[in-house]
Amino acid sequence: MKNIRNFSIIAHIDHGKSTLSDRMIQSSKIISDRDFKDQILDSMDIERERGITIKSQTVCLPYKSKDGKTYDLNLIDTPGHVDFTYEVSRALASCEGALLLIDASQGVEAQTLANLYLALEHNLEIIPVINKIDLPSADIDRVKNQIEEDLGLDPETAILASAKDGVGIDTIMEAVVRKLPPPVGDADAPLKALIFDSHYDPFRGTVVHFRIKDGTIRSGDRIRFMSNNATYKVEEVGVFQIVRVPKKELTAGEVGYMIAGIKTVSDTRCGDTVTHHRRPCDKALSGFKEAKPVVFSSIYPVASDAYEDLIVAMEKLKLNDASLIYEKDSSAALGFGFRCGFLGLLHLEVVQERLEREYDLSLILTAPSVRYRLMMNDGEERVIDNPALYPDPTNIEYAMEPYIKAAIIIPDRYMGAVMKLCLERRGINKNYQYLTNKRLEMVFELPLGEVIYDFYDRLKSITQGYGSFDYELIDYRRTDLVKLDFLINGERVDALSMLIHRDNAVNRARIACDKLKEEIPRQMFKIAIQGAIGGNIISRSTVSAFRKDVTAKCYGGDISRKRKLLEKQKKGKKRMKMVGQVMLPQSAFLAVLKTDTD
Amino acid sequence: MEKESPPPTGHLSRPSAEASTFPTPAGLYIHVPFCRAKCPYCDFYSVTDRSLIPEYTAALLAELNMLRNRVPRADTVYFGGGTPSVLFPLQVAQILEGLHACFSLTPDVETTLEVNPGTVDKAALAAYREAGISRLNIGLQSIDDQTLAFLGRIHTAKKGIDTYRWAREVGFDNVGLDLIYGVPGQTRSRWEGEMAEVVQLAPDHLSCYTLTIEPGTPMAKKVENGLVHPLEEQTAGELFSATAQYLNRRGYRQYEISNFARIAEGDTTDRRSRHNRKYWTFAPYLGFGPAAHSFLDNTRWWNHRSLDDYLADLKAGKRPVAGTEMLTREQQMMEFIYLGLRQTDGIDTVDFASRFMADFADHFEPEVTRLLNEGLVERLSGRVRLTTRGMRFLEHVVDRLLS
Repeated sequence: MKNIRNFSIIAHIDHGKSTLSDRMIQSSKIISDRDFKDQILDSMDIERERGITIKSQTVCLPYKSKDGKTYDLNLIDTPGHVDFTYEVSRALASCEGALLLIDASQGVEAQTLANLYLALEHNLEIIPVINKIDLPSADIDRVKNQIEEDLGLDPETAILASAKDGVGIDTIMEAVVRKLPPPVGDADAPLKALIFDSHYDPFRGTVVHFRIKDGTIRSGDRIRFMSNNATYKVEEVGVFQIVRVPKKELTAGEVGYMIAGIKTVSDTRCGDTVTHHRRPCDKALSGFKEAKPVVFSSIYPVASDAYEDLIVAMEKLKLNDASLIYEKDSSAALGFGFRCGFLGLLHLEVVQERLEREYDLSLILTAPSVRYRLMMNDGEERVIDNPALYPDPTNIEYAMEPYIKAAIIIPDRYMGAVMKLCLERRGINKNYQYLTNKRLEMVFELPLGEVIYDFYDRLKSITQGYGSFDYELIDYRRTDLVKLDFLINGERVDALSMLIHRDNAVNRARIACDKLKEEIPRQMFKIAIQGAIGGNIISRSTVSAFRKDVTAKCYGGDISRKRKLLEKQKKGKKRMKMVGQVMLPQSAFLAVLKTDTD
Repeated sequence: MEKESPPPTGHLSRPSAEASTFPTPAGLYIHVPFCRAKCPYCDFYSVTDRSLIPEYTAALLAELNMLRNRVPRADTVYFGGGTPSVLFPLQVAQILEGLHACFSLTPDVETTLEVNPGTVDKAALAAYREAGISRLNIGLQSIDDQTLAFLGRIHTAKKGIDTYRWAREVGFDNVGLDLIYGVPGQTRSRWEGEMAEVVQLAPDHLSCYTLTIEPGTPMAKKVENGLVHPLEEQTAGELFSATAQYLNRRGYRQYEISNFARIAEGDTTDRRSRHNRKYWTFAPYLGFGPAAHSFLDNTRWWNHRSLDDYLADLKAGKRPVAGTEMLTREQQMMEFIYLGLRQTDGIDTVDFASRFMADFADHFEPEVTRLLNEGLVERLSGRVRLTTRGMRFLEHVVDRLLS
């Protein structure tokens, strides 16, 4: 156990975590340079393209230290986005230490702080690493100053590195051995292991990633999940070295995997405790939570005959994504689909992209909604996240919506702009403090519903990319909720409906009508677009009819060009939905989500 | 590869009487990429530096030679541009000589030269005729000097009309005029007044194009900057309908969206542009010169849209081709529908069936019936074509048929 180190890398998004992981893997030589694909831990296409880590992965790196001994360094990768805070916390609970990675030119950002707090909650030993020192804009002194002032860590312990150029990698490996404590635990005690992730293997079923706290696990053991008392027989245990390397046993302090004939990843719960069926430990590890979706949206195939394909795709996706929940849904406008719950808006986008890309589906997503609590006149409480299920408003006494506490870190020159944005979103400024003389942390309480659309994009744009953001759910508060509907040529399109605060209704309805006008292609007749609350029309716009639609010239060179245009239109039409006589493009469903006119 | 379609079942004529026994004769297009000045609305490829004309002529002759006898027969030659009339008659003669040397041209070959009135005098027209040009297409564009100035043309209305008269005087018996309408501020009565004067001249052929703001042109820039306000769509649509209505009543039969041929009583002469109909009837054509397109055996290719690249390739002994595409069955079908509907003859459903081994109705119902009910298309024996109203909504109709 003395030769094991379990650690994570924590960082703000884009600070170079994946690149550093790659270099550490390369230097451990567990994979040949020839087979090396950059950002090996981010194996999904989307992850590599977006440069973000969604599914965390683990790798066991053998390292020969300067003391002559060989260590097993278990690098537990963590997802790097606010939607996945819980997953991060479970990964951290499996470690004794963490590398806190800070971009030398960007400095400390909101997620740096949030992740540091998470790590400190788990009593982790922290090694600060200043990355990207090769950049011309690197300002090491400033970052050291931030490490001291903002983070309260000793800046002299910070390691200077450039993961891109391979600078500082050995120093980091050595520091992991020297500065991080080895795990503690009793190999002979009853088994107690923490699940921090799982993934699906089409041949073997669910592969559970876990950390053994106490005890020993071998293949053939009968184990039990303490959250639901499900029992399984262990088929294989081992460690990850990019590929799975089976071992006879895993024992206290080790990090590895287990295969036990578990059908789907939903049968395992991140944060759950694994123990032996016959000789259980007395108490589960603390901190277990069910991952709760906070954003809801309905997914429909554009082509109604693609529903069967969507069912298959959702089932397959679910195998690998325990946090995705869904149930059947149907819409008068869009036919059959699924109502889905997501951990956040990024999670939603990732699911959409995976469905479209990996399963070649063309999808329409309805306006994302949070989950509201409705107090009915008869004293009943109803929970709804789907505008289609919104009851007759005269039966509702009042509604409540979820709030978050948002921490925003910005250079202080953007204070006014951020204040304005948050107040527009019905935010309450609770606190602000200077972290250093020009950097400000502002804390707001905001309705989650105001954040799920484009808050982060807006924040980035008004702060020219400097603003960073982290949030946690706090409570439910009373709100004045209305259901905003849209009518196309007098026909209500249920998939465009949304639940919003009454004060925003007129503005949103007006912007949405204007956007819809831009998105709906002109036809031979006039198309009326209306926004309405109940029977009350609050905004309108009109798509005028064609008066002429003919190209004057068509000779040799124009024919290919024209045909290509027709081909493009034809492809575009596949992504349209007929509502009555009117063609609604997929983009129309997105248009109503925009909160801004630009 | 190129299969001939069965003889027409209807009364409508085919491009050539022998079409049923021999492969359709090809059209030969020569792109002359030189202009005295660039017109701000035009997006055809041309340059204003004319010093390279001799080098271009030599390159063109080399290119002709490379495709020697690629088509068994050709019955049209068309000099387009650019401004072909910047070439000296001698240069035109040289190119025609090259064409005769490399291709088998039918005795009745239609040989058209596009003429900008600002580049010619009567003697030049006579010399072109001498060189072997049988048909002129004059870029009159307007007989209103204000409109000509707006269009950035290098000639006055008077020069345009003089050019037409000279053409007649030197013996051209087949002369077409190009007109542009739908310029900002134009009204129906002003446009009809222009057409009235033009009809008085009795040209054999009229091409009437709505002014189109082509992306990337100086005109588009002006629109973007608010210096030019394009005609409202409603007005442009009315002018479009008024054009066909007016000309049809005065002896000019519309045979394509923008093209009209004079018909005279007791005279069976077909004055439609034989060359341009190649493009719309899926007939083969070979294009020479920069940016020229060719179509043969369901393959389309196009030359570099750059005189320098064109010259460089030919200097290196290479064909100056920038791209090639082989049309899939579906693509051929798309083009067949689109091009068919551009013509008043419409889509020949018999030809469709033999080309694609598929029934037109099977393929495009129930949309055709819907379009029929909306009065956008009509069915004649063996043909489906746009109604007068439908002409105005060609793109919409095609879009619906194809999706």
